[in-house]
Amino acid sequence: MIPTVPRSRFSIWCYRAYVITFFVYLALPLTVVCIFAFNNSVFPSLPWEGFTLAWFFGTEAPFIGVFNERSIMRAIGTSAFVAVWVAGLAVAVGTCNAFLFVRHEFRGKSLLYMLMLLPLIIPGVILGISILVFSSAVANTLEDATGLWFDGLRPGLILVILGQFSFIATFATLVISARLQKFDPSLEEAALNLGASQWGAIRQITLPFLFPAIIASAIVSVLMSFENFNTTLMLVGSESPLTITMFDKLKQGSTPVLNAVSLLLIIVSAAIGLISLLFQNAKR
Amino acid sequence: MSSDASRLGFYLLIAPLLLWLVVLILLPHIGLFAVSISEKTGVREYEIGFGNYAAFFTEPLYWRTFARTAIMSILATVLTLLLGFPIAYYIAKLTRGRTKTTLFLMCMIPFWVSELVRTYGWMILLRETGVFSNALQYIGLTTGPIEFLYNDAAIMVGLVYTSILFMVVPLVTTLDSLDDSLIEAGYDLGGTSFSVMREIVIPHAMPGIVSGCIVVFMLSLGNYLTPILLGGKDSLWFTGMIYTQFITRFNWELGSAFGFLLLALSSLVVFVGLKLSRQSLTETMGR
Amino acid sequence: MTVSPDLVCRDLVKDFDSFRAVDHVTFEVPQGSFFSILGPSGCGKTTLLRMIAGFQSPSSGDLLIKGRSMLGVPPNKRPVSMVFQHLALFPTMNIGDNVGFGLRQRGVARSEIKARVTQVLERVGLPGFSERRVEQLSGGQKQRVAIARCMVLEPDVLLLDEPLGALDLKLREHMKIELKALQSEFNTTFVYITHDQSEALVMSDKVAVMNHGRFEQIGTPHEIYYDPKTAFVAGFVGDANRFDAKVSAKSGSALSMVTEAGTQIEVETDASNLSVGQGAEVFLRPEAIELAKAQADLTVKTNTSVGVVTSVFFNGANSMVSLKDAKAGMSFNVALPQTGAFADLQPGDEVYTSWHPAKARCYAHDGA
Repeated sequence: MIPTVPRSRFSIWCYRAYVITFFVYLALPLTVVCIFAFNNSVFPSLPWEGFTLAWFFGTEAPFIGVFNERSIMRAIGTSAFVAVWVAGLAVAVGTCNAFLFVRHEFRGKSLLYMLMLLPLIIPGVILGISILVFSSAVANTLEDATGLWFDGLRPGLILVILGQFSFIATFATLVISARLQKFDPSLEEAALNLGASQWGAIRQITLPFLFPAIIASAIVSVLMSFENFNTTLMLVGSESPLTITMFDKLKQGSTPVLNAVSLLLIIVSAAIGLISLLFQNAKR
Repeated sequence: MSSDASRLGFYLLIAPLLLWLVVLILLPHIGLFAVSISEKTGVREYEIGFGNYAAFFTEPLYWRTFARTAIMSILATVLTLLLGFPIAYYIAKLTRGRTKTTLFLMCMIPFWVSELVRTYGWMILLRETGVFSNALQYIGLTTGPIEFLYNDAAIMVGLVYTSILFMVVPLVTTLDSLDDSLIEAGYDLGGTSFSVMREIVIPHAMPGIVSGCIVVFMLSLGNYLTPILLGGKDSLWFTGMIYTQFITRFNWELGSAFGFLLLALSSLVVFVGLKLSRQSLTETMGR
Repeated sequence: MTVSPDLVCRDLVKDFDSFRAVDHVTFEVPQGSFFSILGPSGCGKTTLLRMIAGFQSPSSGDLLIKGRSMLGVPPNKRPVSMVFQHLALFPTMNIGDNVGFGLRQRGVARSEIKARVTQVLERVGLPGFSERRVEQLSGGQKQRVAIARCMVLEPDVLLLDEPLGALDLKLREHMKIELKALQSEFNTTFVYITHDQSEALVMSDKVAVMNHGRFEQIGTPHEIYYDPKTAFVAGFVGDANRFDAKVSAKSGSALSMVTEAGTQIEVETDASNLSVGQGAEVFLRPEAIELAKAQADLTVKTNTSVGVVTSVFFNGANSMVSLKDAKAGMSFNVALPQTGAFADLQPGDEVYTSWHPAKARCYAHDGA
């Protein structure tokens, strides 16, 4: 079944029809979410009541647009705060790990590498509850011992950041390692040969080479953090990130404001995703 | 050979890794297990025992939900593979150049969008006042509104939708690496479409199939949003039960036991999947 | 009753969008012969081979195998097998399964498959290799497995798509001889494509030289080498000195010509359509030129000249010198005789050359 093997017109046509159906299936939910963001009705459903931008910019109830809905704007801010921390930590640790796994040979390396991959196969909910249980136990012990309060170890943004970091770091490590593996070590040797210091060679030669992968993994980390739900759900405190806020609102009943937020999310994440691909595919 | 400076560099590099793995992965899971085998005997008094696990096996609601979650996840994995393989094959083998990139990107976009948004889209489509119901009424196939949400089929549609890209993407990558001349050789030696598929394409794609299936199974098993939002309050998904024990009932001991059981199941399936296909975790996941 | 040839191509044409890859090609390959298609890359030889295998369909013309038209017959139903350029051994199967693949497709009984695989592996000199994995084999062994995988099906025609290209030089030389031996062992019709003239000349019964989608000449290796019909064949097959020259006088088959550099040369050519005043390309093989240290030593007395050695290319039996004609300044290469008489030749030395008029080949300039 490749172009050079002749095939009947009918079977080719059937195959194409299936592929088209698949892409319709793929696009349909996102399309309706976007369309109903512009429906001039308080429910995101048919009938179509006419086009409006009120769900973005509206100020009067019930048409309060996203940009004037304080809870959503605050949640976006929270999400951004979390995402920046997670991405920063994940990239820093991921870069260290890449150097460790690509450049060093040591006992237990393959065991550590396997452990590093584990977060990929632990369900997000379990990661969340295990960190919740452990941090609470630590907090209880410390509080009993010292009589002080350790709020940072209770559900809240710190735990959310740590929880998301615990699996996003694996992705960052994989992306950066893959790039470092392609690096020709003789370039660094040439720099040393020309009189650079060890650190100078890494800083001037190796890190610039890794730069596209570092940016790509930072972008992917931000995206994953923004969209994470399962781990965050278990660790969230009073300040909730965007996905949790949207979930709570959805449980209460949906309004086109949610469609408007979703539309923005779709646009931003598609754009970010494309940018990250560009960086990953950058050859130089 | 190794100077003091390079030893120091090595320890500096390994420190963040160990800190991450020990503090955020190993210790929490040990802690989770410790909590799961403690039974509450009084206010802040516990003793070690397997009562929580006993509760799971004696209460039919618990283990039936567990079994149901597992079976539905396997079903979702199989469906995803069957639906996704032809798509991956089409993209990898029957398109070229710009068409290929475009199709691949079109596959990736929903994959970047939040699961919540995707699930919300299906709610708008499927609910009683939703697009499908209205469309059917409009063309006159039914007289009243139809509820498509809150049943197992809706959960399945959502699960497959959420995870299909995790199947298609690794499959496209492995199928792309299959040289066309191998397929041609298969036909040249008298193979039929079916035998070429079975003897050449599928054995070659096995690493992609395994890693895709593992990821999809994991995502389905650990999914919370899709069953709750598309399956409704009574969707009986095991993650929902864990959430209830932790957040609503505040019974962390039982919740931890549930969590550990879910973890055990998913690890078991990953292990069996890797053994059956003679792959290792490192080569399947760390691609 | 005459036996129909194994493979017949009649007026075969293949067009891609705006490009004609194969242009009215006609040929026949009799049973049991080794037929090579020789041409530079991009000449259309791969397209032609893939049409025979069924992976491309001709735009027009007909293709018959054992007298039966193959138009519309899918590749898996054709009595031809192909050895792919990179061999295309299935990496997921062991050697035995690779070789038995085609038989399994035909539904041959398992015990018989085993017997036939064992037998064919012995015939290609790899007994007991059945359980080995593809990556455990050397390049030459893989080659033989690829041939065994096809031959076990007893195809009417075996197609080979530059299978020696990936091998290193030494092994390639060895495989040429081995391939020829395998072909006579199996007595199957081989159609072999290559851009390497020595592969084509050494192994083939007939060679077709292809350029820009057309067959320039079909003939035995000897004919192709010594009697090239077109300027392209003369230039592509073997080494040759090439000059541009104008006909200055003609009497029967004897021509007098003046090269661009102004040297007068005598050429004998049969059935020449050249007339006085016309421009032509003249090809002269390096080994056709006689070399001597003194003019009196030359046995051939035509086309004599004095040259200065500009460089010596030592290459064992194929050693050559590059000479510059003392009068006209024209450069040409001369093969050194293997007697070693000229082993002491140095750049700057003066030597005498001559060649027989019948050794040169002339072709009228295109359109001139």
